[in-house]
Amino acid sequence: MTTVFGVPIQALLSQLLVGLINGSFYALLSLGLAIIFGLLNIVNFAHGALYMLGALVAWLLLEHLGIGYWPALIISPLIVGLLGAVIERTMLKRIRGLDPIYGLLLTFGLALVIQGVARNYFGVSGEPYDMPPQLSGGKNLGFMFLPNYRAWVVLVSVLLCALTWFVIERTRLGSYLRASTENPLLVQAFGINVPRLITLTYGLGVALAALAGVMAAPIYRVSPLMGSDLIIVVFAVVVIGGMGSIFGSILTGFALGVIEGLTKVYYPEASSTVVFVIMALVLMVKPAGLFGRTA
Amino acid sequence: MTSPVEAKTSAALHERAPARDEVRSMRIPVAILILICVVAPFLIYPVFLMKMLCWALFACAFNLLLGYVGLLSFGHALFFGAAGYLAAHAAKVWGLPFELAVLIGTATAAALGLAVGWLAIRRQGIYFAMITLALAQMFYFFCLRAPFTGGEDGIQGVPRGKLLGLLPLDSNLTLYWVVLAIFLFGFFFIFRVVHSPFGQVLKAVRENEPRAVSLGYRSDQYKLLAFVLSAALSGLAGGTKAIVFQLASLTDVYWTTSGEVILMVLLGGLGTVFGPVVGAVVIVCVESFLAQLGGWVTVVQGALFVVCVLAFRRGIIGELSRVLRRPL
Repeated sequence: MTTVFGVPIQALLSQLLVGLINGSFYALLSLGLAIIFGLLNIVNFAHGALYMLGALVAWLLLEHLGIGYWPALIISPLIVGLLGAVIERTMLKRIRGLDPIYGLLLTFGLALVIQGVARNYFGVSGEPYDMPPQLSGGKNLGFMFLPNYRAWVVLVSVLLCALTWFVIERTRLGSYLRASTENPLLVQAFGINVPRLITLTYGLGVALAALAGVMAAPIYRVSPLMGSDLIIVVFAVVVIGGMGSIFGSILTGFALGVIEGLTKVYYPEASSTVVFVIMALVLMVKPAGLFGRTA
Repeated sequence: MTSPVEAKTSAALHERAPARDEVRSMRIPVAILILICVVAPFLIYPVFLMKMLCWALFACAFNLLLGYVGLLSFGHALFFGAAGYLAAHAAKVWGLPFELAVLIGTATAAALGLAVGWLAIRRQGIYFAMITLALAQMFYFFCLRAPFTGGEDGIQGVPRGKLLGLLPLDSNLTLYWVVLAIFLFGFFFIFRVVHSPFGQVLKAVRENEPRAVSLGYRSDQYKLLAFVLSAALSGLAGGTKAIVFQLASLTDVYWTTSGEVILMVLLGGLGTVFGPVVGAVVIVCVESFLAQLGGWVTVVQGALFVVCVLAFRRGIIGELSRVLRRPL
């Protein structure tokens, strides 16, 4: 059997795949955080809770209305995105212009509320969510076994990231968005409805998190706490990558997922802390983050 | 032309006399606080009061950083919890007396504060919060696996020991006086720091960092020292709490603890002298009244955060001080 540094290649590749999947979620979440931060100047602490809510809504749809995975993939982000728009309109709007610390504290409070309600309703242990029958099973590639669902998650995440990048960098809407990030007052003077753009952006960023949540549901269990530790890792990812660049957040997300996967193979004790260690190292060498502009 | 902010910065740097006035005007409220602390143990269960005092000291230490330097650390549970583990370990395994155990906890927290602060002050504002949160989470995972922390069980049955090898601390009332002394030491220490020239520079950094730098103050050194002080005092609170409750557990290093202390300071009033104490008392009471409701405590905490940020940014003491037109 082929081995790489004493580890069978099958084990290595399957951990790499797991890492790539985690990386997909890191990338989707940090992408949403970066977009929201760019326009609202708020670090959305509720991102993890809304990711969880995405998975939870999908589970509720299946359990109570019999609506399966495929429709949930659309409906759940829509519901969470709408909730995000409501949150933006009723709360975040009022603290615009204040120290960004208040935005972090407000969204932290929202995260506690969402998680607390979900926990009371749902318990802490979580519920399994079956994967869609079309994607069960897997392929034997000769050198490794590739579960279909996991391949699907990575594929969709890459496509979504590419799509988001395209919308922001190459379309008219994206140009409005980038312009508003630079100078909202001037953009508004040109007759563009910036407040609506902000609501839309928050809704969209949050919907991305919810979509990641739906995709995560069949892999992990649907549990009220699935987002709370994840968001901290994503924060570390964001510190490493810097929130200035869309492409940077995507790349950093995937890369750190893979590194985490590799650590799980070679030094499993450190797998939960490796991202934080890398963050500390990056801060020592390049304090502004790998893709960041100096803050 | 000077902007209002710049004017405020220079004021913070040069007007030492108002700081002295402020100290003098604090005499009556401080006397009331001490009086309440002295009478309370005869009316209320001392262990409950000691819990409040430990949290109040923790909140005061946190306020030193958030209220006076404007740095939001989301990782203060690290110092609180680490000191708890070290103090508990020192008392139980090494058999050290109360004061040495607490001192070891405090020193550990200070050392960790130096390391974390050194890394975190490289970035400003919102990144600072994320970095401290991430480093604290790393420490949490470390505690989860490290052999001496007892994992999920924590360190249980920590002996309270004797103060200076003489005074046994098994009685709750005796221990209360010791904890009160520790709290008052921390409280007055922070009070002194905030109203010293050093404290004035901290406020200047908070109001306008580039201007403070342009006036020749090395803001990074001031921030780092404030961070270490805050961490050490958080450690003092955490170490004391571990010995009082004879338990050091993972909860104290988890991010929920960092969130709780932030809420206390926010609710009581950022950058006020008495705010953190009031905030801690209120939150500890709310939590113990809601304890039978189980999971709803988190929801209430979250809702309090939202209400404070949206409608009550001055906090209880901040509002009171506005009504009374005097600093509190």
